[in-house]
Amino acid sequence: MQSEAHNFKTAAKGAIADVNLQQALGNLETGFVAARARAAAGLDEFEAMRDAAVELKNHILANLDYYLARFEERVVAQGGTVHFCATAEEARQTILDLCRANGAKTVTKGKSMVAEEIALNPFLEANGIDPIETDLGEYIIQLAEEPPSHIIGPAVHKTKDQVSDLFHEHHGKYGKTERLTEPEDLVNEAREILRQKYFDADVGITGANFLIAETGSTIIVTNEGNGDLTQMLTPAHVVISSIDKVVPTLEDVSTILRVLARSATGQEMSAYTTLSTGPKRDGDLDGPGEFHVVLLDNGRSDLLGTNKQDMLRCIRCGACMNHCPVYLAVGGHTYGWVYPGPIGAALDPHFLGIEEAHHLPGASTFCGRCQEVCPMRIPLPEIMRHWREEAFEKKVGATPERLGIRAWAFFARRPRLYRLATRLAMRVLGRAGSVRGGRFESLPLASGWTRGRDMPAPEGRTFIDRWTAGER
Amino acid sequence: MNTNSNNRARVGLFVTCLVDLYRPTVGFAAVKLLLDAGCTVEVPESQTCCGQPAYSSGDRADTKAIARNTIAAFQDFDYVVAPSGSCAAMLKHHYPKLFEGDADWELRAKDLAARTHELLSFLTDVAGVTNVDVSWDGKVTYHDSCSGLRELKVKEQPRRLLSAVEGLTLTELPTAETCCGFGGTFCIKYADVSVEMVTRKAEDIRGTDADMLLAGDMGCLLNMAGRLKREGSEIEVRHVAEVLAGMTGRPSIGEAEQN
Ligand code: SF4
Repeated sequence: MQSEAHNFKTAAKGAIADVNLQQALGNLETGFVAARARAAAGLDEFEAMRDAAVELKNHILANLDYYLARFEERVVAQGGTVHFCATAEEARQTILDLCRANGAKTVTKGKSMVAEEIALNPFLEANGIDPIETDLGEYIIQLAEEPPSHIIGPAVHKTKDQVSDLFHEHHGKYGKTERLTEPEDLVNEAREILRQKYFDADVGITGANFLIAETGSTIIVTNEGNGDLTQMLTPAHVVISSIDKVVPTLEDVSTILRVLARSATGQEMSAYTTLSTGPKRDGDLDGPGEFHVVLLDNGRSDLLGTNKQDMLRCIRCGACMNHCPVYLAVGGHTYGWVYPGPIGAALDPHFLGIEEAHHLPGASTFCGRCQEVCPMRIPLPEIMRHWREEAFEKKVGATPERLGIRAWAFFARRPRLYRLATRLAMRVLGRAGSVRGGRFESLPLASGWTRGRDMPAPEGRTFIDRWTAGER
Repeated sequence: MNTNSNNRARVGLFVTCLVDLYRPTVGFAAVKLLLDAGCTVEVPESQTCCGQPAYSSGDRADTKAIARNTIAAFQDFDYVVAPSGSCAAMLKHHYPKLFEGDADWELRAKDLAARTHELLSFLTDVAGVTNVDVSWDGKVTYHDSCSGLRELKVKEQPRRLLSAVEGLTLTELPTAETCCGFGGTFCIKYADVSVEMVTRKAEDIRGTDADMLLAGDMGCLLNMAGRLKREGSEIEVRHVAEVLAGMTGRPSIGEAEQN
């Protein structure tokens, strides 16, 4: 996906003015936030479970090479293959080669953010292979030719009405000419159309939430069960995932699964937890003929041992964006790349470079709500701050803003000068403000503020001034 | 509470730059509340700002210089109290992190951190204040500023004290814990997003039908007052300390003296 992250400010403006988007975001806020709160409150040991999950993931990261080697060993032992890919390009090419080896014309796909990260669909299309998204949300945005706007609900930015229109427009060719409006009817129509495609596909590509080192299995959690069909009905199953998803044992996975669903949707468990272990064996009733795991690094291992390592604990639950007041104001597309919201603000600069993505960690009030709800207790604001420090050092971003901070700091570092300057400024502002009713409707140098708010006027003399003059 | 020879805790008031410059009334209210709680209060003149504007802009070098100034200004007090959750959190949580690995300053930063408190939580949790002898007739609502809430766990302390104000009723804001969109330099750098956030906030505030909006942080108060005034709302906006100290005589934030 071509990054539009540099365009954050303009995109934000458009998003705020987009009535449909704002309606969809409103639903997201009331739905997911309330559900997560109930789930967290309903379970006394929720906080302890979070701690256990954090500890587990830290242990894995400290021994990542061991668990990855073990995972590969187990996959191979069961007749599968692991393809380690250092870059997005390598991963794309590997998958294309696998498709070609199977003579694939169409592939069915389950939801995968890593596939988005490597921009798999456009690459396959450019090479004559037709990827068909089977997750309902992914299917919707594929029809709309849009990228996902949320890591667990790719189409959360769409209202029901917009989905009705999309299906009406695209399903005519299957003989479906009625414009449906009930959510259930819409889902059924999509299912019916997708069902035939599962049988026609030559390769099934899915993501993975976890890779189990002990068994060589991959796991996906979904609420639709489309993952099962994608992988069972095709001659070859290709799992695209990343190295940070490995977990030692099945038991360990259950530790994380319990916090994952509660944080994501407020469910105790997602409806489907699908395990895939190797290709079809003799005597198995079904299963794919081949089993491949494409494991992407894409710079993740560079984060190990840095002040951003904690990000590798992320389990992509989406809670941070559901609770982010900035995300809820501007939606996922505004972030301009694959991962939106707080996790995107912390992660995207690593993939795109701080020059391209500096707005993402910049556009946060550091309210801390993401960190509060993150099941893996990732210090997202702190990581965003590290990115801002890097941007400041490299002089990335608007020059006037940087100079403004330096100028202000010049005074703040020198108490005497600061006193003189502030005393004067507040006198002038205070006097001007009192004749204007205690506030300014516009102010030079503060047009960003006064575009949508009045600027309350200062009282006049500073506190320190009055205090040193003996006022009590 | 740690006290000195005449049995009174010696408090250094970290005024915070926004209170110093914009709303000295809050500073005087804080002083009154601290005196009533049995403390002595001093205001070191060499204080400026906690350094957050530089810190959240990624300017670590300037932040450190400003932090050193603050640490030095407040090294002799039993307690350091700030009428702001975000500035108190800066001193308490971020200064020690800022000097990690710089043995000397890290120690001094940790020492300051251990003595630093946000005003309301200091009054209730440290000074043991349970009552205030003031009255205010009307309905208020309360916004929990993010840093105070999440970094310092300030939540029920202001409510406890407000419940002692005669005549006052508190109507909870359903979105009390949602950021108002101030965010320091954020409100200028990402003005459109900030305005959208505070517009939603203002709508929620108006929905409570309160006569007055209170909070414990000047930044958020300026932001919310600015939006409410722009919308023509009559809701008064004040720092919670003003009400608790009985200093509601002067115009609320964004209003001028009537001539
Ligand atoms: S950063 Fe935390 S809250 Fe956000 S997606 Fe990752 S695990 Fe979930």
